[in-house]
Amino acid sequence: MGTLSKVIYIDSAGREYAVDATIGDTVMATAVRNGIPGIVAECGGNCSCATCHVWVREEFAPVVGPPNDMEEDLLDMGVSERRSTSRLSCQIRITEALDGLTVEIPPEQP
Amino acid sequence: MSNGTLIVGGSQAGLQVAVSLRQLGDTSPIILVGEEDHPPYQRPPLSKEFLAGEAELDSLAFRTPGFYADSGIDLVCGERVSGVSLSTSGPRGSGVAMTASGRELPFNRLALTVGAGARRLPLPGADLGGICYLREYNDAADLRTELSTATNVVVVGGGFIGLEVASAARALGRSVTVVEAAERLMARSVGPVVSEFYRQAHLRRGIDVRLSSAVSGFQGERGRVTGVTLSDGARLPADLVLVGVGVLPRTELAGQLGLVCDQGIVVDAHARTSDPWIVAAGDCTVQPHPITGQGRVRLESVQNAVAQAQVAAATLLGRLDNVISVPWFWSYQGDLRLQIAGLAAGYDTQVVRGDPADEQFSVLYYRHDRLLAVDAVNRPADYMAVRKALGQGASIAPDRATDPDIPLRSLIGGPAPAAPAVHRAEA
Repeated sequence: MGTLSKVIYIDSAGREYAVDATIGDTVMATAVRNGIPGIVAECGGNCSCATCHVWVREEFAPVVGPPNDMEEDLLDMGVSERRSTSRLSCQIRITEALDGLTVEIPPEQP
Repeated sequence: MSNGTLIVGGSQAGLQVAVSLRQLGDTSPIILVGEEDHPPYQRPPLSKEFLAGEAELDSLAFRTPGFYADSGIDLVCGERVSGVSLSTSGPRGSGVAMTASGRELPFNRLALTVGAGARRLPLPGADLGGICYLREYNDAADLRTELSTATNVVVVGGGFIGLEVASAARALGRSVTVVEAAERLMARSVGPVVSEFYRQAHLRRGIDVRLSSAVSGFQGERGRVTGVTLSDGARLPADLVLVGVGVLPRTELAGQLGLVCDQGIVVDAHARTSDPWIVAAGDCTVQPHPITGQGRVRLESVQNAVAQAQVAAATLLGRLDNVISVPWFWSYQGDLRLQIAGLAAGYDTQVVRGDPADEQFSVLYYRHDRLLAVDAVNRPADYMAVRKALGQGASIAPDRATDPDIPLRSLIGGPAPAAPAVHRAEA
């Protein structure tokens, strides 16, 4: 078991879920395994479905960074409300620097 | 006390039925019973990341062990349900299931998410060591062990599984030959342009591809495979054979219950079997075309397992949702990322965007100018645009779609022409 880092998910009703995540896992996999509602992740992290869309909280956006090219295409087409901090959570790997990372889950996934 | 819901099959569909029941507010007991020893896990990576050593069983698990207890889902692993009978005196849809080890599981509601098994080749020598199939984790673990020492790998079947394994084996430096009985690769899933592209792309990567070639038997020494004989008499040396020739839906339990089956358990758009009190979801089912509502299709995909399971859960709770879900599929063969949206069966026109020689192109399929589907190779934006258009009931003008520099999303327009009847049932 790797080192732990905290990830906080906030659902569309404002409920907070704080989860201990393993460094190196993705924000998507951590959410799904812990049953966080609203992150569907149908394709299991293959950047094929855009059903793991999250809005990264502003203060973490610079650390998390921008979407990659393939992700960019999916975000562009696939999500219902794209914002400047939209990411696919399957493409965010958890690092020590991301301890306390807070992401919001949109009310709907495609 | 209520006996709650029994979900037979610890699959992606089975787990999703359980999760959706809870999300829809159902608080009655749920038993999810699976034949495998492992809690439900993702299958698609078994033929990709797992073979490459980039994923392990733990990382493929859908949920933490604690999730099941926290959600009140009684997960039973390693138990095969061997019989089910419905109550003649209790509430409609209630009954009891029996496992192979003799355990009785009573239920008020029943969901069948039993999946499909790999089709076996009943040929001489088919029982030799080194002849592998790939459907579940244990298969993949065996295959990965065999791959670590193999020299000559023969893959029987040029579909998704066969080609994904061929790519993984080639990436490990093995000598690989793919033998396909049909005249083109992935004939059931993609159009001829894409099939031919993949043949050439795999050849470029050093994989030998034999089309229109049937296997007539296997040779062996001391119980291990040493070669594969083709029907034209050719013999291919092999110390590892992967057979990927499709699946057979598991219909035994449905048959016991007297449910109508036709190459799968027949369900309607609400995932109801011919006994409307019993639902079924995932690879074990055949259903009306999910967009047109016509004909009968079998969809072997993650997307369908999830979407149909969500519908099945709602149905069990007495809510008949009318959902249009666009089928989609993916197959990553090394660096060749194929993404498919829609069903192309019955198309009369195709539009090729981009040059296959660049290994980045897509093919759009139309029938009477109505957009049906896309096969996209390393062009995820095209795939997403078609998925979106189909979900909106919109089309994309074929004449402008030929220009690969015009984003497809800018071409999504207006409702598509009325749906022509689709009479063909496509598996």
